[in-house]
Amino acid sequence: MDAAQFLTIFISAVFLYNVILSRFLGLCSFVAISKETKPALAMSLSVMFVTTMSSIITWLIYRFLLVPLGLAYLRTISFILVIATFVQFVEMVIRKISPPMYRFFGIYLPLITVNCAVLGVAVLNSDMFFIQGKAVPGSFVYSTFQGVCVGLGYTLAMLLMSGIRERLDLCHVPRAVKDFPLAFIIASIMSLSFLGFNGFRF
Amino acid sequence: MRNFLSEFTKGIIKENPTFVLVLGLCPTLAVSVSVINGIGMGIAASFVLVGSNVIISMLKKVIPDRIRIPCFIVVIATFVTINELVMKAYSPVLDRALGIYVPLIVVNCIVLGRAEAYAQKATVINSLFDGLGMGVGFTLALILISAIREFLGTGTLLGYTMIKRFEPAFVLAMPSGALLVIGLLLGFFNVLKNRKA
Repeated sequence: MDAAQFLTIFISAVFLYNVILSRFLGLCSFVAISKETKPALAMSLSVMFVTTMSSIITWLIYRFLLVPLGLAYLRTISFILVIATFVQFVEMVIRKISPPMYRFFGIYLPLITVNCAVLGVAVLNSDMFFIQGKAVPGSFVYSTFQGVCVGLGYTLAMLLMSGIRERLDLCHVPRAVKDFPLAFIIASIMSLSFLGFNGFRF
Repeated sequence: MRNFLSEFTKGIIKENPTFVLVLGLCPTLAVSVSVINGIGMGIAASFVLVGSNVIISMLKKVIPDRIRIPCFIVVIATFVTINELVMKAYSPVLDRALGIYVPLIVVNCIVLGRAEAYAQKATVINSLFDGLGMGVGFTLALILISAIREFLGTGTLLGYTMIKRFEPAFVLAMPSGALLVIGLLLGFFNVLKNRKA
């Protein structure tokens, strides 16, 4: 476990292989909710929380349940079930303890269940930090950190996009590209500018 | 018979999952670097779509309404796992090319969308044809996008060089090219729709 590894994970998850702009995970929510900044921020924070927590939970399940029992091929089905249950549970807890917070975050939580970014980071963790079914040293910390960083990358792309789209409301755009098509074209230009991070050397 | 045919064909153009319903874009954009990958992903997703549609419409009386989403997900995930194992065994090259997007078929919105919007109310046969039609529509959309990207991005189609002395624009083979192509295609279909209306 060393600092350089953390830096590599951070740079590659947030900039180089940004979940949305380069891996295309969570694209549906990205296009649908990025019309205004406030809902975009709420969605991003919920995603960050869920990616972090699900990285932790799925790592534990993979390491202590699936690998020892030789059930690694049940990865997809067990991860998605655990994530869905966890999200449902969080929704119930938030509704119970804090109604204002539920109004801010609650409506986005069910959407996160089928957000590919969450399952994507769990699958990536088990691909990257397990070699031949064995956990690499520090793999738990790396997995958790990657969960946080993927959430950060999502937040970054979401905030940039919603800022741009709020401005676009004031402009005249051709009717044919209104909403979705234009959002994709803007995302394409953003993705192009993120390519600049490929030159990073450290 | 005509009924089945219309169930089948509606997914191809009128309710095309990619261009009309705008569902399941994550795998579409990620794997459309080459036509071969596009076809592979299309077939894999069609298999899951048909299987889950049929099973869910069979079980529609058994599944309680309140927990239907987790039930659907279990059915879908089962087919995705079958798919993963088969692909690993018989075409490891394709499996490596598609990477994490194979397990991610489970969160592909088309599959859950059809289960929720169609299969849980329809008969088994109708669901089968609906799944087939949606699968073919998805595959055709993937072929269209990946053909554009492969031709302009690397100058080839299915791996064969098409035009000599053609300088490919590599940016189209990169992620930003995928977003650009889908944005322009959606705009183009909007123009067609507006003109018809």
